[in-house]
Amino acid sequence: MKIVTQKLTTKESLYFFEIAKGLWITARHFVKNMYFHIAHLYGKYQEVPAAVTIQYPEEKIPVSKRWRGNHRINSRPDGSPRCVACMLCETVCPVQCIHIIAGEHPDPNIEKYPVSFDVDVTRCCWCGMCEEACPVDAIYMDTGKTPEPGYSREDLVYHKEQLLKETPLPNYQRSLNTPGQGPMKANPMGL
Amino acid sequence: MPTVTIDERQVTVDPGTSILEAAKKLGIFIPHYCYHPRLTIVDACRMCLVEVKGAPKLVTSCSNAVADNMVVFTDTPKVEEARQSVLEFLLINHPLDCPICDKSGECLLQNYYFCHSRKPSRFKENKVKKHKVVDLGPKIVLDSERCIVCTRCVRFCKEVAGEEILGIFNRADHSEIGVFPGKKLENNYQGNLADVCPVGALTARDFRFKCRSWFLCQIDTICPGCSNGCNAVVHFTLRNFNGLKGQRVFRLTPRENNDVNKVWLCDVGRWGYAFVDSIDRLTMPAMRKGEDFVKTDWNTALKETANRLKTLVERYGANAIGVIPSPHLTNEDLYALKCLFGCLLKIANIDFKVPGFDKGEDDKILLKADRHPNTKGAELLGLSGTGLSVEAMMDKVKAGEIKALYLAGSDPVKYMGEKAEEALSRAELVIFQGTNFNASCKLAHIVLPGATFVEKEGTFTNYQGRVQKVNKALEPLGEAMADWEIFTRLGQMLGVFPSYRSAEEVFMDIAREVAPFAGITYKKIGSQGIKLTLPEGPVLSEAKE
Repeated sequence: MKIVTQKLTTKESLYFFEIAKGLWITARHFVKNMYFHIAHLYGKYQEVPAAVTIQYPEEKIPVSKRWRGNHRINSRPDGSPRCVACMLCETVCPVQCIHIIAGEHPDPNIEKYPVSFDVDVTRCCWCGMCEEACPVDAIYMDTGKTPEPGYSREDLVYHKEQLLKETPLPNYQRSLNTPGQGPMKANPMGL
Repeated sequence: MPTVTIDERQVTVDPGTSILEAAKKLGIFIPHYCYHPRLTIVDACRMCLVEVKGAPKLVTSCSNAVADNMVVFTDTPKVEEARQSVLEFLLINHPLDCPICDKSGECLLQNYYFCHSRKPSRFKENKVKKHKVVDLGPKIVLDSERCIVCTRCVRFCKEVAGEEILGIFNRADHSEIGVFPGKKLENNYQGNLADVCPVGALTARDFRFKCRSWFLCQIDTICPGCSNGCNAVVHFTLRNFNGLKGQRVFRLTPRENNDVNKVWLCDVGRWGYAFVDSIDRLTMPAMRKGEDFVKTDWNTALKETANRLKTLVERYGANAIGVIPSPHLTNEDLYALKCLFGCLLKIANIDFKVPGFDKGEDDKILLKADRHPNTKGAELLGLSGTGLSVEAMMDKVKAGEIKALYLAGSDPVKYMGEKAEEALSRAELVIFQGTNFNASCKLAHIVLPGATFVEKEGTFTNYQGRVQKVNKALEPLGEAMADWEIFTRLGQMLGVFPSYRSAEEVFMDIAREVAPFAGITYKKIGSQGIKLTLPEGPVLSEAKE
């Protein structure tokens, strides 16, 4: 390996000129941004952007339309989960964060339903394979949320009731059955 | 002896053998639904069609016997086309609810579709709707839509279970399986219906929706339900989360053994596994303090047991202790018990024959009156007739002559009722070693948790004298230990005792010391078991010191 050392020029080694140059750059950005921020307040120069800072957490960064966030369970028109407890998401999940207990549904045409449906987000790796595996469009990761912190591990296990309450973020592309996107597409199994 | 050529390979078989069976002999598998090796042939499904040289059309391989110099092809394009057509017809009215079907993963319709067809459906019309979730009884649920009318279940009821209960009703694509009016499906072999059904039409209520088949591991075992020793496969899961409520074993399915159970398993044995994960399992050694039990660790419990036994033997002699082993234990456990109590402590009062232990119901098919898997083994190891009988022991306990009772898995209170209860409550020391809490355990002073048949390796000797092997599927629950291991540790505390490290080592000693077991090893037992050459009369062996 060849090490190249850059020799400082006489002007650079004098230090004072470089400091002045740096201060000039900082001052120039400050004055320019200040000018445009004040101008924006008066409605001028709207098309010229000033320095960008997002005031997180008051202001959220808009996420991509295909971004995977917290899970939700789609519901039937009567509010019960569309999930038929086939456990394909549980099977495909690479980190085993989904645990389903199945039960016998009173309606013989539905036959099977989840008695409990737990998603352990402390284990979830947000791969989205559960959505892909689901044969009945029941599980989606389109809430646009990230898990909120909790005081215990149990706080981060989302149960069926919580997951059913979640709604999809509007204009999301992950879901076939988002509200406002035309009629509900029949799911492949007709369940 | 006809010689046939199947897929350009020759095989000589007995006259009358079907093409399907001859092919099986060569290792060539011909897909089939209605054919079952233990049921009559009906030719219903047309899935096993093969091409025979010289025959004008394809022939069904299950019903056509081989002839000399016959030339058969099982994978020509013509045969494949026939299979695809059969599958297409079967799938016309099939609901395709594989995600919620319990059979999926082990369904023949699924398997053959992926092996032979893989074609999208061309059916545009409406599917015929039939009854779903039909209650065929407390144990079996029928889904008529999934049924492919292979009639295996109908034939099973008629030919094996011994009563015509199921039949086919209606015609053509409306045909459905059903129970004849006025009859009920309540025999002891219903569980097999779910096994013989090649699709998900008949499912067992016990297993329904509990677990997907692909989450289950399998290991060969012996059904511990009765002395018949049916060969079985235990399906268990290694997954563990709150919702399962500690259930690890999900079902027992039969395994083929022509000398014992053919390919069947009775319901008593099949659904008798629940004690393995039940809430009353003993998981920690415990000692009585007043009315309550206090949990301890193995060292304390075993030291206490050894000390108290030693003191009793020194003070009152070996005859002051009675040992009641259970024929639920494996040969290895019983041999270690015999070494410990018979040889080391010189106790003569060992008897496993609790009055009434073999007075169950005998159904003349598989289920035996004796509901213990290892009665013959206990007899061969000489665990009865050396001293007092159980009844005499109980009397002596009441009279105060026997001070201590060691219950190794046995539950005398269950069989003898008040008499045993009185005796146990009067005894100075009662040690209970077993898997589950029961009426006898309630009266014990020291409780030692043992392992169940899925948690230890060992052998059972069935009523014919066939030694068969059970395998370890799971780790013992909590701190429970295999019984031979408990006896070994206890023996080493009490004196000179062989330091067994595995059940196989114990069995090697059995083979060396007990005449009928001579020369047998685990390897020789294999998966099908080995029949002992039984001597005349009772066997009293001299176990080693």
